[in-house]
Amino acid sequence: MNHSIAMYLIVAAATIYMIRVLPMTLIRRDIKNTFIRSFLHYVPYVTLAVMTFPAILSATGSVYSAWAGFIVGVGLAYVDGNLFRVAICSCVVVYLAELLCG
Amino acid sequence: MNGREQNSRWFLRGMKDGVPIAMGYFAVAFALGIAAKKAGMNAFQAGAMSALMLASAGQYAAITVIAAGGGYVQMAVTTLIVNLRYLLMSCALSQKVDQGMRLGHRFALSYPITDEIFGIAMSVEGRLNPFYNYGAAAIAAPGWTAGAFLGAAAGAILPQRVENALSVALYGMFLAIIIPAAKKDKIVAGIVAVSMLCSFLFTKAPVLREISSGMQIIILTVVIAGGAAYFFPVKEETKGGSTDES
Repeated sequence: MNHSIAMYLIVAAATIYMIRVLPMTLIRRDIKNTFIRSFLHYVPYVTLAVMTFPAILSATGSVYSAWAGFIVGVGLAYVDGNLFRVAICSCVVVYLAELLCG
Repeated sequence: MNGREQNSRWFLRGMKDGVPIAMGYFAVAFALGIAAKKAGMNAFQAGAMSALMLASAGQYAAITVIAAGGGYVQMAVTTLIVNLRYLLMSCALSQKVDQGMRLGHRFALSYPITDEIFGIAMSVEGRLNPFYNYGAAAIAAPGWTAGAFLGAAAGAILPQRVENALSVALYGMFLAIIIPAAKKDKIVAGIVAVSMLCSFLFTKAPVLREISSGMQIIILTVVIAGGAAYFFPVKEETKGGSTDES
C-alpha cells in the first residue's frame, strides 16, 4: 500500500486534536473530587520529569556533555527559572563541553 | 473592569511569556525539521506538520512512523499513545478555566495545549483567561512552524556540534517548569525526584525497558501522580494546580 505524507499528517493531526479537545469540551464543571483534583495537579510535574530524565542523557553527542547540560539546567532553573535563559544556557554548556572533550 | 480590555491585556501578557517559548521552540523544531527531512519529507510538509500538531515527542514519533512506512492505523495509535499526556493536561486545564466558558473558546483553547503553554497557563494565578493562551500560541506556534520549515530546508548545513547542543533546549525548558515548582513545594520536589528515578529504572531494568517510551510516560504518570494524589491530597486553596510563577 502506498502512503501519502498528506494523509499521514491528516491522521496524526486529527488524532492529536481529539486528545486535546475531548476533555476540554466534555468536562464543563469543576471537579469536586479531591483525589482527581490532586491527581491533575501533579500530572504535569511527573510527565515533564519523566520525559526529561534520562532522555536528556542520550540527546547529545556524549553522556558527559549531556550531564553538564542537565546539571546546569537544574541549577539555573533553581536560582532563575526563566524558560529561555535555562534552555539557552543548557545548549551553550553542551556545546562548550563537546568542544573541550573533543 | 471592561471585559474586552481585560482580554487584550491577557493576550499581551501571553505574547510576552510566549517569546522565550517561541525561541526554545524554534531551536527544537529546527532539529525536528532535520529529522523530517531524513524521513523523506520536504520543508513545506515539515512546516505543515508542526503547525498542525504543535507537539515535540508526538512529532518525532509521527516522523518515525513515516520513515518506517507504517500504516495509517499505526500512525493514529502511536499519536494517541505518545500524546496521551495532553488528555490529562486538557482535563487539568478544563478545571482552570471558568466553568461557563463558551464552546468556541474550548475548541480554540484545545489547539495549543503543549507542555510549555500548559505549564505557563497553569502557573497563572486564579482562573485562566483563554486569551492568555491565545497570546502565547500566537508567538510560539509560528516559531515552532518556522523552525521545522527551516530545519528541513537548511538543516544539513548545520555542524553536528550545534545540532547536539540545540537538542537539549527542549529539556532545559522542561527543567525551567518543574524545578521552580519543586523549590516552592517539597512534595513536588519529592515527586520530581521519584519520577526521574523511576523513569531511569524503566530504561535499564529488564522487561520494563521493553516498554515503548510513549507507554512508559503514560504508566509512570498515572502511577506516580495517582500515588501522590492519594498520599498528599492538594488542599482546596491551591485551585487548579496554581504554582505561582516567579
